Amino acid sequence: MKSKTFRGGIHPPYRKKRTAEASVKVATEPEIVTIPMTQHIGTPSKPLVKRKDYVYLGQKIGDSDGFVSVPAHASVSGTVVAVEPRHHPGGDDIMSVVIESDGLNQVDPSIKPYGNYQNFEPKEVISIIQDAGIVGLGGAMFPTHVKLSIPPDKKVDCIVLNGAECEPYITADHHLMMARPKRVLQGLRIAMYATGVTKGYVGVEDNKPAAIEKLREALTPEDNIEIVPLETKYPQGGEKQLINAVTGREVPSGGLPADAGVVVLNVATASQIAVTFETGMPLHSRLLTCTGDAVKEARTFEVRIGTPLQNIIDLCDGFVTEPHKIIMGGPMMGLALFGTDVPVIKGTSGILCLTEKSAFVPEPQNCIRCGKCADICPIHLQPLYISAYAQKGLWAHCEELHALDCIECGSCSYICPAKRTLVSSIRVAKREINDLRRKGKI
Amino acid sequence: MKNLFVSSSPHIRSIETTSSIMQNVVIALLPALAVAAYVFGLRVLMLVAVCIASSVATEWIIQKLLKQPITIDDWSAVVTGILLAFNLPINAPWWLGVLGSVFAIALVKQCFGGLGHNFMNPALAARAFLVASWPVRMTGSAYIPLTDTFTSATPLGMVEAGMDPSLLPSHLDLFLGLNGVYGSIGEISALALILGGVYLIVRGVISYRIPVTYIGTVAVLSLIFKQDVLFQLLSGGLMLGAFFMATDYVSSPSSPKGQIIFAVGCGLLTVIIRLFGGYPEGVSYSILLMNVAAPLIEKYTRPKIYGLRPKEVKEGGQ
Repeated sequence: MKSKTFRGGIHPPYRKKRTAEASVKVATEPEIVTIPMTQHIGTPSKPLVKRKDYVYLGQKIGDSDGFVSVPAHASVSGTVVAVEPRHHPGGDDIMSVVIESDGLNQVDPSIKPYGNYQNFEPKEVISIIQDAGIVGLGGAMFPTHVKLSIPPDKKVDCIVLNGAECEPYITADHHLMMARPKRVLQGLRIAMYATGVTKGYVGVEDNKPAAIEKLREALTPEDNIEIVPLETKYPQGGEKQLINAVTGREVPSGGLPADAGVVVLNVATASQIAVTFETGMPLHSRLLTCTGDAVKEARTFEVRIGTPLQNIIDLCDGFVTEPHKIIMGGPMMGLALFGTDVPVIKGTSGILCLTEKSAFVPEPQNCIRCGKCADICPIHLQPLYISAYAQKGLWAHCEELHALDCIECGSCSYICPAKRTLVSSIRVAKREINDLRRKGKI
Repeated sequence: MKNLFVSSSPHIRSIETTSSIMQNVVIALLPALAVAAYVFGLRVLMLVAVCIASSVATEWIIQKLLKQPITIDDWSAVVTGILLAFNLPINAPWWLGVLGSVFAIALVKQCFGGLGHNFMNPALAARAFLVASWPVRMTGSAYIPLTDTFTSATPLGMVEAGMDPSLLPSHLDLFLGLNGVYGSIGEISALALILGGVYLIVRGVISYRIPVTYIGTVAVLSLIFKQDVLFQLLSGGLMLGAFFMATDYVSSPSSPKGQIIFAVGCGLLTVIIRLFGGYPEGVSYSILLMNVAAPLIEKYTRPKIYGLRPKEVKEGGQ
């Protein structure tokens, strides 16, 4: 069967082979973990522990009253050594709980397996998911329970799991689907139960045929779940592109996936939901790929949340050459870091260490209006014009060209032969338009 | 550890650059250049060299004078130089090439802001300037090599003059550009130009939309007006115009729908000028006219944006 896809998109070099072929390793347990109180989109959590407190593995150490928020949990057992702002991958200093591990992994005695999800009301399932600190593990870190709490005025009829993993280099979801296909599907079943939908899909890029096979084998006859091979193309895993490829629907401009009747979850998020019901454990570890041409032994690791980034790089035997750029996430949408003194957080799908050669960003030249950016824009915008207006500060013109619909996938900047920083200027335009809207000037 | 480089995403870029695109265009023009050198002799190479040198020099001098970064290494002035030379008659004096280059680069390109801001194809605008200023040197016998005492006009010129159709060159000669088929330096061999055009399409430099629509429109209209279709397609500057001039990024629309409208317009004007106008050939003026219309076409052919519902005009109706 032909793989499904969306219109537009690019084919950057994928460079996944190196870590796809290497086995997954459980990272050496860290001696110290730093758990930021902001590892999600929404209200930051407040620390529930203080210095010198003893904490168990899985114990809730931060929480808030907000609905769009999730608690934070200890990823080791040990002693709290600091509750203070620490460097965060986002670039700011964020209130964090620093725990020195006792190496014993004493599990919080209140944690018990939940067992069969059908013994709970859908509402209870959603609150268990919130309580376990589960957020979108693809990188966006949007609280999962919020996605699953569908407003009464919206009709959702299917859940799509995102196993595309379209970012180059990263192979964390790939390994997860290979090793734990049953868990991924169980997570999907729980999410379907929680939202009351009867149809599920798992979209996987066709460069992972073995993962597609494993998932298909793990299906049971009762499942109303389809494994959908997707064309290998960036940004195939973009929420709007995935929905379009799998269901043929479009999310209305300015709307949410629920407006198209869909909820999208990452496969790793689904797997974590299954783990939580199976063991009672909250989100406290994840798979991530540490790779790039600057590291010696690239690999996918299972890592405790809060582990210092440097530990993971050390596990790769360090650097071949001094890295020019270290990125949290993939090369297309990842975040460039100022240093390795930050912890792994819930959204860290990868650590990408690039040499100057592979991360070189050339000087921008004049736009030659080749139109390639418009050809490949997965939203079918015209980045060349939005960017030109943005550079002149003509924000109303940018809005007219639907700058706010930009998903910031970066495909336009990637493809531009004149090496213009298109997506960056559209980002600025979006910020300015939103600002003007708030002030009621537009 | 040394300081890490921090910038916003994306962190990788494609290998294609403006200069690699322009270099591909130069490569695509080589077959036509080879045929021209074979048919017309070494004088072709002299004219091409003069046009390239004066185009690049003009760009360099202007950027130097205006204290702008020098961008001659983007190869765009080289492309303009070759295309201008391709639009000259073989008997054009060398200084015509220099004047044309200065006009193309200084007036049409740099005066409007340099690369990416010219509102017309610079080489074609320069050709129009030369035809208007030195009509005798740019028309008629200027296209016929002095060594050929038998032929007196280009194929389209013969038709315009009402010559006996049996004296016209065969389709095969027109296709290959040999056996006394004359015209502007670069336009004589349809085969060589198609070869170069296909190369550009395969390399992703241009889309098939403009050339195919342009040539298709000329074919359909020739059929409607009961012309010899193949003769209309293979003679004159149609192939050069369709593959290399109308596809200039800057002066043509970027949206697929816009490109189709643009190319239909080019084809329509070409046939109208050829059949009903005072000139034997209409490719260059038709492209220039459509160049001017391109921004308007672009404005009304914006692509349909993902998630934007078309206005529900049918509401309430049957």
